[in-house]
Amino acid sequence: MTVVALRHRRPYTDRVSLRIDQDHGRFRSIVRGRIRQNLRKYISQGELLGRQGKDVVSIPIPQIDIPRFRYGDKQQGGVGQGDGDSGDPLSGEEQEGEGGKKAGQGEGQHALEVEVTLDELAAILGEELALPNIENKGKAKLVNKKDRYVGIRRVGPNSLRHFKRTFRHALRRQIGMGTYDPKRPIIIPTRDDMRYRSWKTDEEPIANAVILYMMDVSGSMGDEQKEIVRIESFWIDAWLRSQYKGLETRFIIHDAAAREVDRDTFFRTRESGGTMISSAYKLAAQMIENDYPSGEWNIYPFHFSDGDNWSVDDTLACIDILKQKLLPASNMFCYGQVESPYGSGQFIKDLREHLKGDDRVITSEIRDRDAIVGSIREFLGKGR
Amino acid sequence: MSSFALKTALPAYLHDEQLKMEAYARGFGLDFFPTVFEVLSYDQMNEVASYGGFPVRYPHWRFGMEYEQLSKSYEYGLSKIYEMVINNTPSIAYLLEGNSMVEQKLVMAHVLAHVDFFKNNFAFAVTDQGKNPETGAPLRKWIDTMANDGAVVRRWANRVGIEKVEEFVDQCLSLENLIDPHKPFSPATATRKGMVEFEGEDKTPTPETPRLRVDHDYMEGFINPPAFMDAQRKKTADDLEKAKKFPERRDRDVLGFLLDHAPLEAWERDVLAVIRREAYYFAPQMQTKIMNEGWATYWHSKIMTEKACDASEIIDYADRTAGVLATAKGQINPYKLGVELYRSIEERWNKGQFGKEWEDCDDLDARRNWDRRLGQGRKKLFEARSLYTDVTFVDEFLTPDFVAEQKMYTFGYSQRNNRWEIETRKFQEVKQKLLERLTNGGNPFIYVEDANQGNRGELLLTHEHMGSDLRVDYAKEVLRSLVRVWKRPVEVQTVVDGKKTLLRFDGQEHLQRALT
Repeated sequence: MTVVALRHRRPYTDRVSLRIDQDHGRFRSIVRGRIRQNLRKYISQGELLGRQGKDVVSIPIPQIDIPRFRYGDKQQGGVGQGDGDSGDPLSGEEQEGEGGKKAGQGEGQHALEVEVTLDELAAILGEELALPNIENKGKAKLVNKKDRYVGIRRVGPNSLRHFKRTFRHALRRQIGMGTYDPKRPIIIPTRDDMRYRSWKTDEEPIANAVILYMMDVSGSMGDEQKEIVRIESFWIDAWLRSQYKGLETRFIIHDAAAREVDRDTFFRTRESGGTMISSAYKLAAQMIENDYPSGEWNIYPFHFSDGDNWSVDDTLACIDILKQKLLPASNMFCYGQVESPYGSGQFIKDLREHLKGDDRVITSEIRDRDAIVGSIREFLGKGR
Repeated sequence: MSSFALKTALPAYLHDEQLKMEAYARGFGLDFFPTVFEVLSYDQMNEVASYGGFPVRYPHWRFGMEYEQLSKSYEYGLSKIYEMVINNTPSIAYLLEGNSMVEQKLVMAHVLAHVDFFKNNFAFAVTDQGKNPETGAPLRKWIDTMANDGAVVRRWANRVGIEKVEEFVDQCLSLENLIDPHKPFSPATATRKGMVEFEGEDKTPTPETPRLRVDHDYMEGFINPPAFMDAQRKKTADDLEKAKKFPERRDRDVLGFLLDHAPLEAWERDVLAVIRREAYYFAPQMQTKIMNEGWATYWHSKIMTEKACDASEIIDYADRTAGVLATAKGQINPYKLGVELYRSIEERWNKGQFGKEWEDCDDLDARRNWDRRLGQGRKKLFEARSLYTDVTFVDEFLTPDFVAEQKMYTFGYSQRNNRWEIETRKFQEVKQKLLERLTNGGNPFIYVEDANQGNRGELLLTHEHMGSDLRVDYAKEVLRSLVRVWKRPVEVQTVVDGKKTLLRFDGQEHLQRALT
């Protein structure tokens, strides 16, 4: 019986455009409005990071409710069915005030999980912070050409012969001509029966923007400081990803020496050495030289630290590398200084002093989580 | 048959099954409208369910939200809609594509019982839209009605803008539950005026016409000349007219009152009328949730176990039914409560466990073995499904034995322990609580008291307090909607924490003040 059911297919039951799509679309736009309203809260709490899937983020928003005259809950109670003595609690999860609700009378506090694509989220961020779009600096747009076998042709090389199709056409022709003999089922394709695979060339944009994240992981950077960097980098990623077709990210951690790591390690590592910022800048300059010819790439070095550096000499070395190597190659250089109880916070002052008037350098002090929004705006507000 | 937006004809093998199920149901005495089954894929099912069963309705984002939730919970495997049926002639029911044969049969049996209920329960008579001139059968063309309403709203949306219309629909939906389900209601002849109640003679005394003081009788004609007296009389009559309360009697049909008297633009009136019509259409279903689901469950299990299932299907059937009848803590499952009540009625009337003699019998043993072999159970069942709604049904047929057998209890919020707790299993209290929850569909009673409050054209509503307070934050939002519709300040008298309280919104700010 079920086999019949499975075979039974009507042309219209495939996903056609549904009437609900319009209403659903307007619901989505209401949701978008809600997210925008609460964006600052989402950013400073950083709760979206754990909810990130491959391309989507799942966001809890308070259930959108239609207010009516109705009874308050706590006075009301209700009737149930089952075991238990008087004074026994209703089961654990009922305690939040769910009890006694019949379907359709749900509590107003339920959160609704909505999925939003990263692109959409970036767009919302852009609207809310009034971020300008970034001009691709006239650098060559790189495209990768890729062939994919998607079609069928009547001519082609034998190596691309589509055996099944060819057979089918030959069979059809032979039956049509009456030359097919079921007792001696020999099929001989003619030239007209031959079918070959054919390909289409897709142009895929390849990455032409790269973010080089650098972070100080010396002892003075605590968990909270790293969390701030993590949240901030999430949003910077989201925004730049929406601006460029492809985006690469590289991660460098440093204390007294620098090394490249993957994203996970970047946010987890905690070292206890001293701090030599120049080591990270050297490595970044090295990377650019090796992998990212500045004529073709949009390069974004971001450096986060608590502002402590080993010595004045090292700071001067940093300035030197910046001026000679990093700045000329990059779209902009961003330095975010996260306040920590141990850091002196001197480095940002040095940067400002030595690179005064250079608008390729953007510095931002991030006092606490609430300051993240402002700092994102400072970094991305120039549209470079 | 109504033409449909979706092309969803029933395949032959299901049609055969439908004929069989209908024959079984008729054999048991069920009497239903012609019923059209359609097969939907799951996303069509979710769509139609989001629209409350109607494939074509007015546009509103709330349906989109419903859809988001339904499709999410389907995709995550949390829930699945088996069955949906619309009170319409012919009745339309939806089957889910890809369900097993047992499930489809079960749904058909369930649906046919629902349709029997639609046709025969008295509360649903208000959804009649006239009679078929040839057969005399009631006409309920609600799919068409809703589609027309939808078209009207869509047309207005094109004219004045979807945002404006949708925003107004939001406001109207806040007021959706302010109807009077007992008001005799027939959409075809929906005249609210002309309902007269005779109350005997007019007891209000006619006030005396004021006249100037006259010290000497002979001066009367000079000091109060007839022309002056006429003017005075007219003035008192006018004052009396002005002082007359409006509405004369308080009105529970707040939506209807607003429709008749609020200063609405043409498009607003149309939208409000649509919302009100739908509210009245859905009211009988709210009033008979337990009875309706119980009835359908009773009959699907009867038909499936006695007629339609073969041996290979019975386990699957039992599994599905067990899922339907499962109870959760702190909730009443209307399917379960309903079907058990019907079964208890059947047993009692089969054995003659009713009437004075039964009520007066104190002998436990005698009661246990009480069997008069009356065999009136089936007859009583059909009588009950026609003549009751949930409130009267529970009031009439809930017995102490039943409450004990079904392990029913009341629960409430314990402030001390900060949690929900079972309170008692005493019959009277369980019944009381259950009736409270069912009365007016669990909605507060709200009346239009005075539409010219303080002679300033302000609207005064009263909440008849019956033990539970209103949720004040929600009430304030509703006041906002009322002001949007009435366009003058609106207040509602209620009780908060045992004190008479007035909530008022004047379009700018909210006011909450205790009344002495």
